Amino acid sequence: MAIEVIKPGLATSVQDAGRPGYYHLGIPLSGALDQYALHAANLLVGNEEGAAVLEATLLGPELLFRAPAIVAVTGAEATPKVNGETRPRNESFAVRAGDRLTFDYMKAGARSYVAVAGGIDVPPILGSRSTYALGALGGFVGRKLAAGDVLPVGSAAASARPGRAFAADLVPTYPKSLELRVLPGLYFHRLTEESAKTFFEDTWTVAPEADRIGYRYRKGRTLKFRERKQPFGAGSDPSNIVDAGYPYGSIQVPGGLEPIILHRDAVSGGGYAMIGTVVSADMDRIAQMQPNNLARFVAVDMDGALKARADYRSRFARMVASLR
Amino acid sequence: MAQHRVLSPLPGIFYRRSAPEKPPYKEDGDRVAQGDVIGLIEVMKQFTEVHADASGRIVHFLVDNEGAVEPEQPLAIIETD
Repeated sequence: MAIEVIKPGLATSVQDAGRPGYYHLGIPLSGALDQYALHAANLLVGNEEGAAVLEATLLGPELLFRAPAIVAVTGAEATPKVNGETRPRNESFAVRAGDRLTFDYMKAGARSYVAVAGGIDVPPILGSRSTYALGALGGFVGRKLAAGDVLPVGSAAASARPGRAFAADLVPTYPKSLELRVLPGLYFHRLTEESAKTFFEDTWTVAPEADRIGYRYRKGRTLKFRERKQPFGAGSDPSNIVDAGYPYGSIQVPGGLEPIILHRDAVSGGGYAMIGTVVSADMDRIAQMQPNNLARFVAVDMDGALKARADYRSRFARMVASLR
Repeated sequence: MAQHRVLSPLPGIFYRRSAPEKPPYKEDGDRVAQGDVIGLIEVMKQFTEVHADASGRIVHFLVDNEGAVEPEQPLAIIETD
């Protein structure tokens, strides 16, 4: 069984739950930016939790199935079509040999996930099939997909069948304006008193450069850092620190101009002050933000962050329980 | 005559010229053939060409140079032949 890529879309890559455990060596998590949509897609086609899917960003691909398959599309509001006929999102459907899967405009959300029963069967690298394109590692020969690529598919589980779906009210929607919860720190204290306020007051716009490495925001007021004599090893700009490890989800503001939230393909360390970290529960929502969408940052404490994580897990569990 | 709207395939920043010092690909009133480039969309450090999907005359552009666009947003109106 194989799938041929007729048109790759803008940036379509093989992704799974990710490659944790190597960030200290400079190899990032990678994996589907929207993990909720990834796991949902795999459940719909009867795949194991770690199976690899396709992540399509902003513009869907055109795929040709060389054999019959059970498919599910989750994530962004981009209607899948088989040979031009509409298929539901968030519900498994069957394709025949020779069928073509295409996508309508991405009306909301930024990433569609295409799971195929059996999973995309590229070789695992360091325990994951995820693509880390910056490092030319994993996925389909270490890069995003190109026209003419032929993707191997594994063996479908016996439980794979069309028509599986979740309760509709448990499927996420993707507003064009949202709030992102932030735990301030490690270097939040380095902002001036005024900037520590304006960061949370302003509405920020997703920049067109936002990608799997980092989500860049602009159009808020410039952030100023407190004056100090820069320590040895730190760059001269007050937004610089002595090099340190960057957590996943951390927010850096080079030159105080544009906050960048590090996502799953981020570099693991560097010399920008991290003013806070987006809570893990909101990283999937960032993944679904299109350029020009709007965000406000809301401060939470550790209890608030853990509560958000617990709520996320409980919502996911309810969705899994509603699978029919 | 029928009017046809050219829609943006993806979100990003719309450019009407290939480089800041170059003239626009097309001006209001210009003739276009199906497949002609009428602009670029910049997103994720990539530039995607926007092609006219009908032949005729451009009535006018609906988005300025460097305007932010959404998927399926109309970019220009073509009066078809």
